Amino acid sequence: MFNIRSTFISSFTIFLGLILSQSAFAEWNALNMTEGVTDISREVFGLHMFIFWIVVAIGVLVFGVMFYSMYAHTKKKNPEPASFHENTKLEILWTVIPFVILISMAVPATNTLQKMYADEEGDINIQVVGYQWKWEYKYLEDGVNFFSNLTTDQDEIYNQTPKGEHYLLEVDEPVVIPTGKRIRFLITANDVIHSWWVPDFAIKQDAIPGFINTAWTIVDEPGIYRGQCTELCGKNHGFMPVVVRAVTPEDYDLWVAEKKQAAFELAQLTEKDWTMEELVAKGEGVYQMNCVACHQVNGAGIPGIFPALAGSDIVLNNKPRNVEILMEGVQGAAMQSFANQLSEVDMAAVITYTRRAWGNDAKGDGEIVVPKEIVEYKENKIKI
Amino acid sequence: MSAVIESHDDHHHGPAKGLTRWLFTTNHKDIGTLYLWFSFTMFLIGGAMALVIRAELFQPGMQIVEPEFYNQMLTLHGLIMVFGAVMPAFVGLANWLVPMMVGAPDMALPRMNNLSFWILPFAFLMMLSSLFMEGGAPNFGWTFYAPLSTTYAPPSVTFFIFSVHILGASSIMGAINVIVTIMNMRAPGMTLMKMPLFVWSWLITAYLLIAVMPVLAGAVTMMLMDIHFGTSFFNAAGGGDPVLFQHIFWFFGHPEVYIMILPAFGIVSHIISTFSRKELFGYSSMVWAMVSIAILSFVVWAHHMFTVGMPLAAELFFMWATMLIAVPTGVKVFNWVATMFRGSITYETPMLFAIAFVVLFTIGGFSGLMLAITPADFQYHDTYFVVAHFHYVLVPGAIFSIMAAVYYWLPKWCGNMYDERLGRLHFWLSFIGVNVTFFPQHFIGLAGMPRRIPDYALQFADWNMVSTVGAFLFGASQILFLFIVVRTVMGGKKATPEVWEGAQGLEWTVDSPPPYHTFSTPPEVK
Repeated sequence: MFNIRSTFISSFTIFLGLILSQSAFAEWNALNMTEGVTDISREVFGLHMFIFWIVVAIGVLVFGVMFYSMYAHTKKKNPEPASFHENTKLEILWTVIPFVILISMAVPATNTLQKMYADEEGDINIQVVGYQWKWEYKYLEDGVNFFSNLTTDQDEIYNQTPKGEHYLLEVDEPVVIPTGKRIRFLITANDVIHSWWVPDFAIKQDAIPGFINTAWTIVDEPGIYRGQCTELCGKNHGFMPVVVRAVTPEDYDLWVAEKKQAAFELAQLTEKDWTMEELVAKGEGVYQMNCVACHQVNGAGIPGIFPALAGSDIVLNNKPRNVEILMEGVQGAAMQSFANQLSEVDMAAVITYTRRAWGNDAKGDGEIVVPKEIVEYKENKIKI
Repeated sequence: MSAVIESHDDHHHGPAKGLTRWLFTTNHKDIGTLYLWFSFTMFLIGGAMALVIRAELFQPGMQIVEPEFYNQMLTLHGLIMVFGAVMPAFVGLANWLVPMMVGAPDMALPRMNNLSFWILPFAFLMMLSSLFMEGGAPNFGWTFYAPLSTTYAPPSVTFFIFSVHILGASSIMGAINVIVTIMNMRAPGMTLMKMPLFVWSWLITAYLLIAVMPVLAGAVTMMLMDIHFGTSFFNAAGGGDPVLFQHIFWFFGHPEVYIMILPAFGIVSHIISTFSRKELFGYSSMVWAMVSIAILSFVVWAHHMFTVGMPLAAELFFMWATMLIAVPTGVKVFNWVATMFRGSITYETPMLFAIAFVVLFTIGGFSGLMLAITPADFQYHDTYFVVAHFHYVLVPGAIFSIMAAVYYWLPKWCGNMYDERLGRLHFWLSFIGVNVTFFPQHFIGLAGMPRRIPDYALQFADWNMVSTVGAFLFGASQILFLFIVVRTVMGGKKATPEVWEGAQGLEWTVDSPPPYHTFSTPPEVK
């Protein structure tokens, strides 16, 4: 008897496990807030569930009375309506009781909020800057600095190829933080307002030009935590995810060393003599990553908002202005300065690419820009 | 001279013939009709835009529109539904009902009434025409946060600003008219505390409008200055403050939210009492609850801005003040339930909509209370949980109340009964559609999907699909509503003056349809 039952239970468990492992089922299951991975996020989750059950209880009570009345007090069952229309005691009661319930919610909420606002210098301080449509991370102590772009392919977005597991939630360079250390994020923006959200940390902080907002966290478990921009910031608002990789402090130190080495090697590349073919090939990749969102794959832009590069007079014949726009941005327009976003090599390559692509080479002077010219531009600017 | 004028008896003439009747009318009933049809047209246009949005979100990936156009759709959908559908519908109801309910012959300022309606179509034509301008329509959300709406906006933003100015002027004129009518033209004996609740709700709403529409005008004027005249109100690079915009916008925006729900409270109170055949429970507490909600609405605006980085003290103040709104709102819900309790209830279409209003608006209130809890709001803010919340209070809240009002008073307005069977069918389709659309949005919001994105990660796919199916059901069932209303206006079973057994109020003492001019001699209210 016992054996049969345990067999039944175990086979049922396996069956249930099979269903749960189906990804489709897991998606139907995405119903609630994440508990997250920090003390604060778990506290926020607890608060959320606490309030949720209170409102469920109130709902059951109020709707219970209402549904009873709808069932029992129809014209058929109760042809003579009662005539009462006020009751001072009852009315005082249902003003005071909700007030008391509200206080029972406000107290834990206030406590949690105070903890979240206990902001102090972190062990690691990272400046987070929102751009249309990417994030920049600057490690204030370690001197590491990079941009984090969406890597999901345009073909996946436009349904030409199957979508990957982390569709729209994957970036070229996640922000890396060590576990067990207090991390402080200093959040701001370069153009419009963005919002930096990592659900697993219960951090959502607006990135506002001219303001620096702060948020902090301590993550205990290594892992990859994904979030998104949550303030409408223009066309590609849905395409600027946040990815945080938490690693052990040892791995973090290794990562910092690697980043510094890579920066050094990149600087060496400006010394190299680049051919036009090399620059165009490299520039195409840079263009795909940084420019297509506005200027489009075919360089045609979007009339009225984003100017075309194909056939543009500046791209065709005005090399100095061409370089200047990329270095300085355009005041009062979406075009930002790429001076800090792209290396000298990438900058030269992408300008060369735009001057050679889409038939521009035939229509204009087709002059190329080599990395040394970008270095010179920067040096001249410092002199001025 | 005066003898000549008096010899022409002006009192019993009917409406003018043809188009001029509608263009030059100063009659509150005609203007009410104009407002209601305008609002319904806007509801269909804004609804079509919502369906574009939902169709794009049916599956992950970009299928139907480009992100740029998607943003224009969500912006215009919001603006049209708020300023074009809900607000004009309530003004239309006020025009039809306030004079009849207080026993006045017309609105106090009939020519201004004509003006306040007739500038609206031009404002919306201008706003919609921006779709065809270079750079496209406004694409920064109905909340138009600077600097996305200033430095980074498409050129059509200037037309949007002008349009908002006109809408504001229209609303302010409408509000003045309502206040002057209520304050000066009540029938003898109708003291303030004897006024029907719909009149009370509109009196409060009108004061809110006069208080906040100029603030909105100020906000868009500052935008205009930033865009064209080189100022830097909201431009950080020029020493301005982007957060200031949000404070100003929400100081308008939060009372605006109540502007869209207070008249609904009035409507639902009338309907529940009529179909329960029982006097409304707690009339005076209903009035005081509405007044408290209106006053509180001025001190809670920053709960829309918990993530902008305000100091702790401000976050706590706005959290507590917001939670406090649950008290008067709760009182109203309890009063409606107590009105039904031991009543003698029947379920005609207006009652079905009113009951659905109470249940679904309360669900929207529950999620509102959750959103008030600042630490939890950091997780909810700008996700689909918020979208679910405000659509629960606006669609089965404001819109259902408007539909309930149309079914309830339409027999009075046109003298014909609507088809009860079709009315109920419309109700059930709308009820199911609304819940299938918006309930799953709670789930995808909690699971982490931000709002205002044209494409989403794969874990949100299933519930988005459900939501889209619901949206198309809801949208399609509004065609049925149009059919029912047109058919009723064209003909049908004649309605009695009372229309409903147990209906109370002066509007039920006149014929159905009422004469072109009602209450030329004021009735006596005891």
